Amino acid sequence: MTAPRTTAPPAPVLSVRELSVRFRMRGGHHVRAVSGASFDLAPGSCLALVGESGCGKSVLASALLGLLPGNAETSGAAHLTAADGAPAVELLTADEPLLARTVRGRRIGLVPQSPAAHLTPVRTIRAQLEETVRELGGGPAAPAAGAARGTSAARRPGRRAAREALRAAAERAADRAAFPLDHLDRYPHQLSGGLAQRAASALALVGDARLLLADEPTTGLDRDLVARTVDALRAHADDGRALLMITHDLAAAERIADHVAVMYAGRIVEHADAATFFGTPGPRHPYARGLLDALPGRAFAPIPGLPPELGALPDGCAFAARCPRADARCAVRPEPSDGVACHHPHPGPPPADAPEKSEEKGDRRARTA
Amino acid sequence: MLELRDITAGYERRRPVVSGVSLTVAPGESVGLLGPSGCGKSTLARVAALLHRPDAGTVTVDGVAAPGWRHRAPRALRTSFGVVFQQPRLSADPRLRLADLIAEPLRATGRRAQASAAVAELAPAVGLTADLLTRRPHEVSDGQLQRACLARALVLEPRWLICDEMTAMLDASTTAALVAVVEAYRARTGAGLLAVGHDRTLLERWCDRTVRWSDLAGTERVTAPGEGPAAA
Repeated sequence: MTAPRTTAPPAPVLSVRELSVRFRMRGGHHVRAVSGASFDLAPGSCLALVGESGCGKSVLASALLGLLPGNAETSGAAHLTAADGAPAVELLTADEPLLARTVRGRRIGLVPQSPAAHLTPVRTIRAQLEETVRELGGGPAAPAAGAARGTSAARRPGRRAAREALRAAAERAADRAAFPLDHLDRYPHQLSGGLAQRAASALALVGDARLLLADEPTTGLDRDLVARTVDALRAHADDGRALLMITHDLAAAERIADHVAVMYAGRIVEHADAATFFGTPGPRHPYARGLLDALPGRAFAPIPGLPPELGALPDGCAFAARCPRADARCAVRPEPSDGVACHHPHPGPPPADAPEKSEEKGDRRARTA
Repeated sequence: MLELRDITAGYERRRPVVSGVSLTVAPGESVGLLGPSGCGKSTLARVAALLHRPDAGTVTVDGVAAPGWRHRAPRALRTSFGVVFQQPRLSADPRLRLADLIAEPLRATGRRAQASAAVAELAPAVGLTADLLTRRPHEVSDGQLQRACLARALVLEPRWLICDEMTAMLDASTTAALVAVVEAYRARTGAGLLAVGHDRTLLERWCDRTVRWSDLAGTERVTAPGEGPAAA
């Protein structure tokens, strides 16, 4: 599925295969929020997962973090590998203690959608960073502070040293996310949107996780802040982390992503190299093409109609009702092949409409046979 | 003509968010107001829509100076504005079905009888299907709810539209669809538009002219609370 640029790709940090999530609703019917998602994420690379709101992007992220509500049923696999050759964790079947103690914060760092809501409003950024450093055992302070709690006066000097080490570790963590140290003693409401975002990123980076999961990290930020936020995320990926950015902001995705996965009605309908997706050949799936054409910098033309309900998906292609290329064959759901799930994909170059349907059909038949 | 003159407004007496700002929108004109987060542009939009009383300055609507804001404004003046906010979840009553949400301004102004006809006309225009109209806000997506909020803003046929970051939460396709709805309405009625946002590409594509917040008078004194030097 992936098309790595390097000749010998390193082992993926995250490998997702046929991940499906459905919610059991009252009356016994199901809402299929994610269906058959598969992708790999290599260290140092960034995958942007894009799509309309309500297409299942955030459910996918919650599934990876083990944060789905009780009525969710998952299938498939999501393997999170470790750098040091430790066994991979299968995120979908891992139990809650394992996820809580070893995965969230330590092996997956979450950059939240709304940092102002993510940070604790009644505590300073320093207090929150120090707590995170202490809990994740990121500094030498952790064992010393724990041991000192029982005994008292005799160990005071050691305790002070531990406190200073913790303070220094928290400041290093802030520095890594370019959070200004003179703002550490401020409360979240005293920070601008951009600084709150950096504070949240600093918290996400404390555990030195190899996978960063950013769920709509740029919602509500203005253009300059979007650029700065995603550039910072990209820099963390360049340090050897893998970055999964979930967004509806195509400009942000274009800025930093190596690969783009387009999600529609719970399915990844196109998975492409970012340069070809945003560049001259353009997207191959009609939905992805429509999404790009809707940008104000391009045609500014909306895709007609509304996305289907996840609780009542059609049997065939979910996009057919809105698709200019749909025909009778779209009553059968297209399987992904060559990174695109469509019976009538746009060819590579040129982007101008030159439908070669007969050839595509022959091609497709040969593949499915 | 919508004229804002020397507006100073804010939420604390000694810390105005907007000071001495003037802005004019000609009849039928669409003006985009561009500014970074936290600069006070939403406050100005609320003043223009008669939803927030400024500390100083005047708002003149079609030659009539607004004598008051919110419920102190005469109904005829208030209802000449349609407003769409950034976050549909926060601006929709969660108890109302979408059809009732759209018709609410008609009920509030004693024109209940027109409700069903108006909803039947507006819903397809904003791209809402009949089954969505019977749902409540928690049962629809942000994009669908914002479509309903736009329909609600248009239901009284306002002469002025104020769109405050109407599309900031939405994906590209829904953005283009909602802008097309606004423009179709303006083409039909000749309504003026003040669109507030931070996306220059969008506003320049959408509006007749765009005004940068930093170019408005008196704004050099304005700084957002908590805006650190690193975020400036």
